[in-house]
Amino acid sequence: MSTLLIRNGHLIDPAAGVDAPKDILLKDGRVAEIAGPGKIKPGNGTGSDVQLLDATGLTVAPGLIDIHVHLREPGQAHKETIATGTAAAATGGFTAVAAMPNTIPVNDSPEITRWMLSPDRSASVRVFPIGAATRGSKGEQINDFAALKAAGAVAVTDDGHPILKDSIMRETLAAAARVGLSVIQHAEDTRMTQGASMNAGPTAFKLGLRGMPPEAESSLVERDIRLVTELKDARAHLHVAHTSTAAAVAAVRKARRNGLRVTCEVAPHHFLLTEEHVGLYNTNAKMNPPLRSAADRDAMIEGILDGVVDAIATDHAPHAVHEKEVEFEHAPNGITGLETALGLCLRWLHKEWKLPLGRVLSLLSAQPAALLGLKGRGTLAVGSFADVVVFDPKAEWTYHAKETRSKAHNTPFDGWTMQGKVRWTISEGRIAFSATTPQ
Amino acid sequence: MNATATTPARRQLQTPQPPASPFPYNPGSLLSVMDLDLAAIGHLLSRATVLENQDPLTRDRILLKRRIALLFYESSTRTRTSFELAAKSLGADTTLVSSLSSSIEKGETLKDTGLTLRALGAEAIIIRHNSSGAPWLLEQETRLPILNAGDGMHEHPTQALLDLRTIVGHLHEIKTGCHPERTGPQAALSSLGVVSEGSASRAASEAISQVDEKTLHGVTVTIVGDILHSRVARSNMLLLPRLGARVILCGPAQLLPDSAANAGPGITVERDFEAALRQSQVVMMLRIQAERLAGQQIDLTQYKDAYQLTGQRLDAHAPKALVMHPGPIIRGLELTAGVADGPQSAILEQVRHGVAIRMAVVERALSAQPKVGRA
Repeated sequence: MSTLLIRNGHLIDPAAGVDAPKDILLKDGRVAEIAGPGKIKPGNGTGSDVQLLDATGLTVAPGLIDIHVHLREPGQAHKETIATGTAAAATGGFTAVAAMPNTIPVNDSPEITRWMLSPDRSASVRVFPIGAATRGSKGEQINDFAALKAAGAVAVTDDGHPILKDSIMRETLAAAARVGLSVIQHAEDTRMTQGASMNAGPTAFKLGLRGMPPEAESSLVERDIRLVTELKDARAHLHVAHTSTAAAVAAVRKARRNGLRVTCEVAPHHFLLTEEHVGLYNTNAKMNPPLRSAADRDAMIEGILDGVVDAIATDHAPHAVHEKEVEFEHAPNGITGLETALGLCLRWLHKEWKLPLGRVLSLLSAQPAALLGLKGRGTLAVGSFADVVVFDPKAEWTYHAKETRSKAHNTPFDGWTMQGKVRWTISEGRIAFSATTPQ
Repeated sequence: MNATATTPARRQLQTPQPPASPFPYNPGSLLSVMDLDLAAIGHLLSRATVLENQDPLTRDRILLKRRIALLFYESSTRTRTSFELAAKSLGADTTLVSSLSSSIEKGETLKDTGLTLRALGAEAIIIRHNSSGAPWLLEQETRLPILNAGDGMHEHPTQALLDLRTIVGHLHEIKTGCHPERTGPQAALSSLGVVSEGSASRAASEAISQVDEKTLHGVTVTIVGDILHSRVARSNMLLLPRLGARVILCGPAQLLPDSAANAGPGITVERDFEAALRQSQVVMMLRIQAERLAGQQIDLTQYKDAYQLTGQRLDAHAPKALVMHPGPIIRGLELTAGVADGPQSAILEQVRHGVAIRMAVVERALSAQPKVGRA
């Protein structure tokens, strides 16, 4: 394995409290040394095969971690593969992605988990499978979490579907706590969302579409928090996926004040867009949970700025072009997100809403790593995995969906101005992405 | 935490605005009543009158041999027949594709069906579809002039235009004392030039041309019943207030969410039918759309008690109001047979206006287009 020396960059490592010009030496897939500019000599015991990366004017940070992506393998390779999904991840600065189990078949077994982790999948960056909480994600019979964990699963969820029954959710939280896994809930009381394809409210009425009420999300989050409270097991960890409503964020905030281990993530589209962005039936603005009201969107921003939100996660959900070129109510839910997350976070959270760069990066690396217990990730302390993103924090650019490395083009952010251009993404010491045209 | 989560400071943040709508792509399209400004509405009304009164042998040269496809994913009597008669009376060739007797049954997508019709030489497509928004998809994929003949629970713009023509004609009648014939097969045929029209009717029709934001000033239109599932209600509530009308929506919460009042300006919700009737010059009754109830159960006895338009209610609360219904009517449910056939009913007059309005809309669809075969 080659050795990389990144020189003249500005290192921001929120977990280690570093925000200073530093050179960084990556060796054997790990961070070998960090020192002031010019202090690490390429020939100085680092071997002759050292590759130099000049990061003058660039920010060097821990590789980004997305704890909510759909890589569609096994079973739906026409939408995305682990290879193409992780190539898009690398393009977006991500060095680790947690893959949701709503594949075909559902990833509810050690065999499928191991299949996803096989080198034959040609992943560009590290994949962390998340196992299904219940058999076939049907919400009836819980899986063997110890076996899933042993095979490499980092959490359990039935994402795409909720774990609806109180008894099953209680059992899931308890069983996951015993083996030290987080339970990620897709909070949607599907009894309130039958036939619905966008947020309930005046916009849905006007468009003649059936709506999903915000209560479908918040009531389930409140139910889950009650179950965690009743469980009285300090190891129990509830993580709320793709939080989209003010009431759900409020519930999480209150649970945290009460000392519960309850965390949540927010997707860029939920802190940027509202139901108005559905426009006239734009299927690239259709996802679940749906784009909500302006008040809900404002509550997502608030939650990020005040710290109750633990992670930015994209809910990258690729679909084939023809699958989205249909009537709105028939179109599948989801949009891609891996290539646009950093650019949107820097453009809006940092530049527009003044969230310090270190905090933005923490929401995209240190905090998600801590949330799922990914050891040696989300930081560039010496000895950590050599997962690095090097980007120009000032560069503005325009995202063109047709140039994506994902198989899918379904994004509402096509043509949007981004800030922060990734120059290199380094996964465990290997260059997984390199921008072809330097800024 | 409560609803005060949105702090004043937060509201000052700049947030991304939705992009401007690219629709309609084709200037001949009529997807929504919002595609038409007041001048365009006036032009359509005036063309409807001109075309209605024109010699059929001259009129039939306007779109001679132009090709228009009717693409129907839902059943229809009035809309389909009147669009077809309208197109044919302008000389166009029409073809009907319905979901039950075409490749749609075999799984062909709307996009592919649209592209196929275009390849066959269709220069415009009139579409009725059970999914809200389908005409927008069809226009985006084909870029042809698309006429929305009703999409799901969303819009039915030509119905709103013909309702407008009916209301404006009636207003003229009140002002002038003219009583144009309202019902019967004579009227429907006369619009096709088969029977020459009465002079009173002509006078009324001629008055229906120039419209502005005060045309319906002082007119309250109450739309009653299954608003939630009604595309007719949506198109009317978006159209009529722009001409100065007040729109009252009336129905049970199950069929009329409170948020409907926010659909646009000039719209209010009133749950008490009789209170609404007392304010109304026009009452538009709607059918309960059993096919869209999606599992909801409606207690029909209760519904009729509260919202059925009976002769008694009409006499007591709105003895002069015009009674309208887009059809199909269910006698004995949303209104009694006596009201449907009574002197205040304009139900068949609406049907007659449908042909005239659709001639104008079809003409507009193709007048922006040069006659170029695409096949």
